[in-house]
Amino acid sequence: MLELAIKGSKKYWGWVVALLIIAGIGFGFYLKQLGFGLGITGMSRDVSWGFYIAQFTFLVGVAAGGVMVVLPYYLHDYKAFGRITILGEFLAIAAITMCLLFILVDLGQPMRMLNVILYPTPTSVLFWDMIVLNGYLFLNIIIGWNVLEAERNDVHYQKWLKPLIYISIPWAVGIHTVTAFLYCGLPGRGFWLTAILAPRFLASAFAAGPALLILLCLFVRKVTKFDPGKEQIQSLAKIVAYAICVNVFFFLCEVFVVFYSKIPEHMDHIKYLFMGLHGHGSLVPFMWTSMILMFIGIILLVNPATRKNETVLAVACVAVFIGTWIDKGLGMISGGFVPSPLHHVNEYAPTFPEIGITIGVYAVGALVLTVLYKIVVSVKEEVSA
Amino acid sequence: MESSRRKFIKIAGISALGLGVKPVFNVFASSEEHGRKSEIKKSKDALTAEQWGMVIDTRKLTTAEDVEPIINACNKIHNIPDHQNKNHEIKWIWEEEYEHAFPGKENKYLNERIEHLPFLVLCNQCEDPPCCRACPTKATFQREDGIVMMDFHRCIGCRFCMAACPYGSRSFNFRDPRPFIKEKNNEFPTRMKGVVEKCNFCAERLAVGKKPACVEASNGAIAFGDLGDPGSEVRELLRENYTIRRKQGLGTGPSVYYIV
Amino acid sequence: MNDKNKIVIGLIIFVVILTFPFWYNMGKAAPVPEPKLTDKAKAAKECIESKEFMKSEHMQILDVWRDTVVRDTDRIYVSSSGKEFDMSLSNTCLDCHSNKEEFCDKCHDYASADPYCWDCHVDNPKEKK
Repeated sequence: MLELAIKGSKKYWGWVVALLIIAGIGFGFYLKQLGFGLGITGMSRDVSWGFYIAQFTFLVGVAAGGVMVVLPYYLHDYKAFGRITILGEFLAIAAITMCLLFILVDLGQPMRMLNVILYPTPTSVLFWDMIVLNGYLFLNIIIGWNVLEAERNDVHYQKWLKPLIYISIPWAVGIHTVTAFLYCGLPGRGFWLTAILAPRFLASAFAAGPALLILLCLFVRKVTKFDPGKEQIQSLAKIVAYAICVNVFFFLCEVFVVFYSKIPEHMDHIKYLFMGLHGHGSLVPFMWTSMILMFIGIILLVNPATRKNETVLAVACVAVFIGTWIDKGLGMISGGFVPSPLHHVNEYAPTFPEIGITIGVYAVGALVLTVLYKIVVSVKEEVSA
Repeated sequence: MESSRRKFIKIAGISALGLGVKPVFNVFASSEEHGRKSEIKKSKDALTAEQWGMVIDTRKLTTAEDVEPIINACNKIHNIPDHQNKNHEIKWIWEEEYEHAFPGKENKYLNERIEHLPFLVLCNQCEDPPCCRACPTKATFQREDGIVMMDFHRCIGCRFCMAACPYGSRSFNFRDPRPFIKEKNNEFPTRMKGVVEKCNFCAERLAVGKKPACVEASNGAIAFGDLGDPGSEVRELLRENYTIRRKQGLGTGPSVYYIV
Repeated sequence: MNDKNKIVIGLIIFVVILTFPFWYNMGKAAPVPEPKLTDKAKAAKECIESKEFMKSEHMQILDVWRDTVVRDTDRIYVSSSGKEFDMSLSNTCLDCHSNKEEFCDKCHDYASADPYCWDCHVDNPKEKK
């Protein structure tokens, strides 16, 4: 099927080349980082994880979100989603690829990466994260590829795929739970030390992932002959609506616990993010933007009239996606490190090369997504013709 | 035809296995040169303990001049770089004010002496260290004598341990530290970029029978010894004085005590 | 078979890439280097083990040393001839072999080995730098 990816229009190739160039520039910045060390980023002794790990966290969510089309189709036999499960699975592949790259660029000694396998340490959540992420990547490649090939050949997919598909559903929940456990099991980091972190991560994942999927469906319909379907998009929209509500609800639960108990170690981080602390508050405007966007998303998605209008729906999905991105890709990591365990306030902001590398990784992800979606669309067009 | 091919594959397989095993045999075989085996052992002078611990008497360390030589002694023997950029700072032992050394214990109306006293902080060498739990490669691990060590050869620089440490005791080499080391101590290695480092309770000095550098430079203000030995100097001090530890509510079991 | 030309060109490119190391290094074959010993090393006559053993096994020894020193806290090596040594690259090995360029690098460069030992361990401990 791979040959379908190399037969494309001028526009397709232009886009591919553009992504390659951006990825190349990002790689150039990465070489610089490799030579100098992580000192070219904005990270510091106090904020020892930054933009890279934040993007990783957010994208694990996007990957897990793909399960929202897989689950109704395979578990509840919701036939409509049969048309688009493959889009969810391939989105997950692209997202996990980016996750792995973000971990790679965050390592101080990437050449020693295999030490994680050479000296396996089951007490470390990072060890488990490596297992679940790679496992989820392979599950999605195997399932997605074989199901699509079966569709192309007009046969039922192989029987042995069924158990893998069932495994992949809880596995999707697993990847984001384990990712949340990276943070919420650490003593002395009051912002993350909450049992609701994993559920909150999942809720925002099931909002962000399907929101992006809706936007991709609308885009695919516009530029190709394959229509993912009106009903499918509407069902996805309902999923996003509930997930974003749950996400905001979980956050408000957190706010209640923290501000009613008034324990400084937990309160100060949220204060820093939403009000500023000791005169430092560079994230305050972002966090409020995030809240406003998520509320706009809720209003537009819960209300049937606005949800059914696909233009408004697109706006709502953009709002949800950016809102959850700020929440996780910007606030979640910095918020945990500021103030520091010694209660010093040292703020973090990514540097130019750091953003360059980040964009480069996103370009690689977009490239993987483009190629995979190109194959899907070609197969779908072929089958319907 | 069929059987000869199978035979060939068998032989090829065995010889490939043999090639893989040969270097291992070489090591064993050659370590028996001269008819004797080489061996590895501890130095006779090495100091041992069940759990090393430290008691810092803050009554004897009242000014910046008191703590400076202690910090410098450590920095010098361990090749700690002096980065101009605060983000890249490397610190093994340093001073903090009470409210930062003991956040959560600060009082609104605090004893004047305590308020601006320079508290020395360092890795607490926890009994149950969260950093060791977090490390995905066992590059940071706990020795039998309780010391939480860093294996710089193995560290991949993921910085999970830094997030896990509730005391901010760990530093990361954001760049090559060598150009920023003022006076190099050639007997102790420097670090390379991309690895995490922290206080090691002077494991290299304990191995040759010496106490940690900060203890030696403190003129008796810092006591060091075996917390597992009821007769040790540190246990004696802990019996006679009221001491506090940093964030012991987190259950990490810090081995550094402060007399205030 | 209209793609004959394409296949031939592809094959040529493949063969060129495959043989790249050979023609890239053509005429550059260097003679096997002979590492130089310092006076101190010469006077000691023998390293911690025989010359042949050190030649082939020094990397394994160093690998075992760094693990046992850092992780098992054992720091004394008793050689097969019964002599005791402090297991330290900087303070034992490089104390005698204080001529890194003439001793270590010569063979390492020849074998294109690039160990990162000296990123941390100071290469000439006795000399003031």
